[in-house]
Amino acid sequence: MSAENVLKAEGHAAMTADLSAPPVLTVNDLKMHFPVKSPGLFRRTVGHVKAVDGVSFQVPTNGSLGLVGESGCGKSTTGRLITRLYEPTGGQIEFEGHDIAKLSQRQMLPLRRDIQMIFQDPATSLNPRHTVGSIIGAPLQIHNVLPKNKVLGRVQELLEIVGLNPEHYNRYPHEFSGGQRQRIGIARALTLQPKLLVADEPVSALDVSIQAQVINLLQDLQTEFGIAFLFIAHDLAVVRHFCPEIAVMYLGKIVEIGDRESIYGHAHHPYTQALLSAVPDVKQATLGGRRERIRLTGDVPSPINPPSGCRFRTRCPIAKEICAKVEPPLLQIGPRHKVACHFPGEMGKAPETPVTSRLLGVDNHGTPDPGASPVELPTGPSFSNTWFDLGNRTIHTA
Amino acid sequence: MSTEQSRSYLTVRDLVVHFPTSDGVVKATDGLSYEVSRGKTLGIVGESGSGKSVSSSAILGLHRGTNAQVSGEILLDGVDLLTISDEEMRRKRGKDVAMIFQDPLSAMHPYYSVGNQIAEAYRVHNNVSRRAARARAIEMLDRVGIPQPSRRVDDYPHQFSGGMRQRAMIAMSLINDPGLLIADEPTTALDVTVQAQILDLLQDLQREFNSAIIIITHDLGVVAEMADDVLVMYGGRAVEYGPTAEILVRPEMPYTWGLLSSVPDVTGDVDAKLIPIPGNPPSLLHPPSGCAFHPRCTHRDKVPGNLCFTEMPELLPVADGRNHTKRCHLANPDEVYAVEVLPAIAPDLAEEQR
Repeated sequence: MSAENVLKAEGHAAMTADLSAPPVLTVNDLKMHFPVKSPGLFRRTVGHVKAVDGVSFQVPTNGSLGLVGESGCGKSTTGRLITRLYEPTGGQIEFEGHDIAKLSQRQMLPLRRDIQMIFQDPATSLNPRHTVGSIIGAPLQIHNVLPKNKVLGRVQELLEIVGLNPEHYNRYPHEFSGGQRQRIGIARALTLQPKLLVADEPVSALDVSIQAQVINLLQDLQTEFGIAFLFIAHDLAVVRHFCPEIAVMYLGKIVEIGDRESIYGHAHHPYTQALLSAVPDVKQATLGGRRERIRLTGDVPSPINPPSGCRFRTRCPIAKEICAKVEPPLLQIGPRHKVACHFPGEMGKAPETPVTSRLLGVDNHGTPDPGASPVELPTGPSFSNTWFDLGNRTIHTA
Repeated sequence: MSTEQSRSYLTVRDLVVHFPTSDGVVKATDGLSYEVSRGKTLGIVGESGSGKSVSSSAILGLHRGTNAQVSGEILLDGVDLLTISDEEMRRKRGKDVAMIFQDPLSAMHPYYSVGNQIAEAYRVHNNVSRRAARARAIEMLDRVGIPQPSRRVDDYPHQFSGGMRQRAMIAMSLINDPGLLIADEPTTALDVTVQAQILDLLQDLQREFNSAIIIITHDLGVVAEMADDVLVMYGGRAVEYGPTAEILVRPEMPYTWGLLSSVPDVTGDVDAKLIPIPGNPPSLLHPPSGCAFHPRCTHRDKVPGNLCFTEMPELLPVADGRNHTKRCHLANPDEVYAVEVLPAIAPDLAEEQR
């Protein structure tokens, strides 16, 4: 970093985005089931880890979607499916209008230019025996974009973009600090000018003061190059700052998805509320002591054998009979807000009776009700113009 | 921060930990002083390499047998831990001072069952039978909230989840009812919901056992909710020290401002800006001249002359005699914070104070 740059401590406000922009990525009912093999000679498949089990969302062009959840909820697997490091068990991944879920590795090759990934730990995701120049230049050679004699110029340009000294191209990763290494990882991801970046916990391995530098860098890059982000993180505050839209995952499913205001200001799912109330708050210093919080007991159940009905019910403070019998649909309850819960409501204002019973054709205890007629609700990854109004329990059209 | 010597359980005075290496002396901790009373919690905040973990290793006597040069005073209940023999230190370690580590998977032995390891910690300091120690281990596992403790006691660490391992570590560290508990990043490796459970547990246990706790972390949120006092460390030295409400509400040192401004707040104003601290943490081998923070400080121009470059500021009480010390040359930090820093990082709070 040059001397003038060192003291440039400019701040960035939270990202905003045009949410109505056409999606660059549409994921529909994506599934990834890893087989569990029995020990012994035959290694029969005895079950499946349902790491991702029917996830649908969209990432708008030049926008960013945050994916949050506890470890083991499938958020990293989702990221790896989109970059096609895994082959999905089911569902569609539509990137710029083409379904890439079933493409072969060879067919994927030209598309890899457009979808790149930033990894969590910069120390293990950079080859220690390659110089920074060859790490960043490798994509250019693999994809044969530039003649060999122009690669160095492009590498130096990229180093400058991410705030590193362009003269350092022949150094090795160990000669850099953690934050600088993450910048190298970012430069490598930028080399081919991708349209979509999957950032898997890009700042969680970094020191606090360095985290902010990297987040601001990512914001600058998004503004300048118009890159869409799928931002995977467990730090709810960082996601709130970076992503105008957020999806909350639990045990392989999205339980709530919506814009920043809906999720952080008006969370309707008890899991989202519990997550938010668990975040330690600096402002608490003025009051002293600890806040009232929703205490979640126990651990996340096994994804090999998830609970019946709603997957969160085993830890949910408001779970009732219906939750064990019927799985709640991801119901749109606002212009840009969907929630998968039978009793959606803001903290402490959950309804007494399930709002979903009539829609699903069951009674309030979850037993099929022959009298009720199930309602066709808009499903799919996008937000529609009609949604379910929680107050009146009717379908509302904008 | 209690000023009466008699009341504080642990008093660290002018602690120096230097490591001679082939490249020169690494000044990991240089002239550090703090105190903690029973039933109180001290939060030590800083980046990696600021010397926050080294000072607590010195309390446990973990530097013994290495080539570290340690001087100063560590008074635990009136006894200077730096002068006692290795044998005496061994008897105190685990009994009077215990530690919880960041990563419970690497802090527990994978070949021994969890119950065995906890019982061992008890048998080292108490002359009891295996059966009694096992019963005590089960009792502690139950106390820290492990379900079915009499069955889980024979499990191995890998059979526990991350949160349960950390609970088992806490059970192990509290089995001898130590007066001082050092928690080094106890929740950094855990998910937020599990972190909340562990922090709740630590607070409940502190109330029950009336121990002094030192919690080492980089998360100011954890400090705000857990600690009574905060010590901010930078480049091996304390740069700000005082009661939590003071330090986090009216911080006076630009490094603390930087820490506050570089983490987004989950409930804060959306217009709040994320302002990073420029540059990188200093090398402890060749610390910067003058104030160790000056190469990264955006407010150094407000100090007349080249004071920040040439002279290390003393750790002095703040202007109006509040119970709060800082290491900075700035003459009017309150004003700079209110006018320049707060409006950018918390527009809502700045509005409120006006």
